[in-house]
Amino acid sequence: MNMAIINGHVIDPSQNIDGPKDVSIKGRKIQGLYPRGKAPEADKIIDAADCIVVPGLVDIHTHLREPGFEYKETIQTGTMAAVKGGFTTVCCMPNTDPVNDSVEVTEFIREKSLKEGACSVYPIGAITTGQKSEELTELEALLKAGCIAFSDDGRPVTNSLIMRRALEYSKIFNVPIISHCEDLMLSEGGVMNEGFVSTIVGLRGIPKAAEETMVARDLSLCELTGGRLHIAHVSTAGSVKLIRDAKSRGINVTAETCPHYFSLTDEAIISYDTNLKVNPPIRTADDVEAIKEGLKDGTIDAIATDHAPHHLDDKNLEFDAAAFGISDLETAFALGLRLVDQGILDLKHLIRKMTLTPSNIMGIRKGSLVVDSDADVAIIDTEKEFKVDSSEFLSKGKNSPFNRWPLKGTVEKTISAGKVCEWK
Amino acid sequence: MPKAIMDSSDINRVMRRMAHEIIEKNKGMENLCLVGIQKGGVILAERLASQIESIEGGHIEVGKLDISFYRDDIHTKEDHPVVKRTEIPFTIDNKTVVLVDDVLFTGRSIRAAMDALVDFGRPAYIQLAVLIDRGHRELPIRADYAGKNIPTSFDARVEVTLDEERVKDRVVLFSET
Amino acid sequence: MIKSKDLLGIKELTSEEIYHILDTASGFRDVLKRDIKKVPPLRGKTVVSLFFEPSTRTKTSFALAAKRLSADFVNFSVSTSSVVKGESIRDTALTIQALGADFVVIRHGSSGVPHFLSSILDMSVINAGDGANEHPTQALLDLFTIQSHKKSFKGLNVAIVGDIAHSRVAKSNIYALKKLGAEVRLICPPTLTPAGIEKLGVEVFHSMDEGVKKTDVIMTLRLQLERQSKGFLPSLKEYYKLYGLTTERLKLAKHNAMVMHPGPMNRGVEIGSAVADGPQSVILEQVTNGLAVRMAVLYLLAGVKK
Repeated sequence: MNMAIINGHVIDPSQNIDGPKDVSIKGRKIQGLYPRGKAPEADKIIDAADCIVVPGLVDIHTHLREPGFEYKETIQTGTMAAVKGGFTTVCCMPNTDPVNDSVEVTEFIREKSLKEGACSVYPIGAITTGQKSEELTELEALLKAGCIAFSDDGRPVTNSLIMRRALEYSKIFNVPIISHCEDLMLSEGGVMNEGFVSTIVGLRGIPKAAEETMVARDLSLCELTGGRLHIAHVSTAGSVKLIRDAKSRGINVTAETCPHYFSLTDEAIISYDTNLKVNPPIRTADDVEAIKEGLKDGTIDAIATDHAPHHLDDKNLEFDAAAFGISDLETAFALGLRLVDQGILDLKHLIRKMTLTPSNIMGIRKGSLVVDSDADVAIIDTEKEFKVDSSEFLSKGKNSPFNRWPLKGTVEKTISAGKVCEWK
Repeated sequence: MPKAIMDSSDINRVMRRMAHEIIEKNKGMENLCLVGIQKGGVILAERLASQIESIEGGHIEVGKLDISFYRDDIHTKEDHPVVKRTEIPFTIDNKTVVLVDDVLFTGRSIRAAMDALVDFGRPAYIQLAVLIDRGHRELPIRADYAGKNIPTSFDARVEVTLDEERVKDRVVLFSET
Repeated sequence: MIKSKDLLGIKELTSEEIYHILDTASGFRDVLKRDIKKVPPLRGKTVVSLFFEPSTRTKTSFALAAKRLSADFVNFSVSTSSVVKGESIRDTALTIQALGADFVVIRHGSSGVPHFLSSILDMSVINAGDGANEHPTQALLDLFTIQSHKKSFKGLNVAIVGDIAHSRVAKSNIYALKKLGAEVRLICPPTLTPAGIEKLGVEVFHSMDEGVKKTDVIMTLRLQLERQSKGFLPSLKEYYKLYGLTTERLKLAKHNAMVMHPGPMNRGVEIGSAVADGPQSVILEQVTNGLAVRMAVLYLLAGVKK
């Protein structure tokens, strides 16, 4: 089928395009970008007036929960939430049940995604079997089955020797090793950032050092091995500083952060609202400033969601017992737009961090509207205001600390593989 | 519209009469004690006691009783008044206890006072002395000794002011507005 | 006048409310001196205790307080095993409400549980200790005890000694004393000092000898014996040497300084026997006062419209 998206303002960082263009889609591919009114004939016309037209967003850090935790989310509901949020590509983390450390699980995820997914899904394989930090998984087999990168996310690789080996071995395939940086001994029992607020509310804190010591370790191992390191969900000023320094010395590291780390501070936890419970925890105002600075100067390359949906029963508990995680696919872009309003990033830069850069980090051909790329497009009205209503989320996870926030930036339409995504 | 009902000398006269009545009815001071209900009845009880002592000689025991914990309106009242001291440093068993209060109205405070009193012991008799009886009883309670009877409407307010120096002594009626 | 239907913490109280509770407690202390120690204001009301952490003294204190007010007291048995998931708290609390209870007195190892219950229950929730957050009735009875010996809180020099980081008693006392204008010092080893605590306007000392100088009140806290195993302290012997309240150290304080302890005491760890049993100790008074204060709290909360 031929499709044309007309009257929109196209922003495609991969081609340095930021202006009025019409988009032509043929079948599952982008046919091209044309000056206004010059797109070829199409069976379906989509009017994108007053909207920006961008490559479908790429989330390199999502938890789809399937197999094993279908009561929290499935590949179907997770990808529906993704497209509602403007994402057409998600990379799912392996901390499922069973852990994605085998060809069978990877193939299961790929098949389910093709059958029921609303957008493209790329599995991230585990670094160690069972995520136990004891022995490496069969990286080659997993890559062949469809994985694009490796991570033990949910847990750190506690054995430094194994982490070294993973970084060395991955050089064969030139894929990133994504690190969840957390020293489990330092963070033990902690449920929020350790600081004045944790003292006031009487909850055990996770010191920033729990993240920073592991960031330092991984950067050192990256330097030693020459492998590709990607630091997941950066949350502290100290981590940003370490990464900035490493990059300046030419170390092969990339980093991501998530909207909650630049939109919230730990003071909000005075309410004991479990929707604020996340790992790494929400930090202080100083860290938020540093994260924003890191996004601005490129120390932090990408914005990912770390979408972590949970069933109400796992959140409707006292703070200590509640599960860690925020359901973020449907609010991430609007939260990113606030950075544009605050003058931290310009719109082009924001989109780049949510499309092209994450795609490059993962080595996938996404996040671009160049001719013959996959027809994944998001049409977004950046001025339209809305109030977040988590009860309306398409994700099974309604656990959002942004509920009732007034935000700007609605996803009007999402096109995945040349088809308009339908959601109620 | 406030109306002055009694001034300092009126109150004095009335208290003297009541002291005589108490002595007369009880045939003397033996086994008698006074307990003033917080907070309006406390100063009254002390004054009655000195009056009685100056007439009969001797010494009469005076106590003070806070009835907050015995009220029946704990769950309906808007706020809790501050709890005052309860001091009954003598036994009331087999005695005649004269409860003293400033204004007798619905009778509920007196009911609470009697409940409180029996938790202290077993008096032989309980009598009631009030400065003002303003009617509108909701319980079968009556004063044995009353300084003055004032008919009032339910919404009116009777304010009794007594101070140690007897300078500000007065009783004022505030009619409903 | 207490505005809230619950007592979740000192943080939520104004200084006026605190004084009101203390004044009311005076009245109840008088009642407790009589032969008939019972009054009727809570007749027909039901108080349920929900203790997820073992406690004899606080639970008994609340039980007696309820009964002295003529309320019915019921103990809801729950497993104190750490395996119990929070889900059962919610269902348990709703069950208690469905049974017609008017008050729930809750103690739990997790901070925020009383707040959680307060949001789902109509009845009054009284915090008898939640995690490392607060233990409001303990602070109130501590204040009540201080008030009966000292003229005023303003400018009073109070030292709190011990495992401040894990102590809800310390936190509630800090909030209460600061609200009433006292000067508060914390004396604790660096490993047991909570993050950012100076922001509450307290002075932190790591030396006991320095910290107790010229204080009016010394509150010693119970040291949990397992702190030694977790690396917070090398040994209990060393703790006593550095932080134990001995007769010599007490001499450094003002001559009429009060010695307090929330109980139960570890003699020879946080406090010496001579001091605990000595003339400046008000430790047993605290227990008696605890009853009067808890009666005051129940009495005042009963009058709040739900």
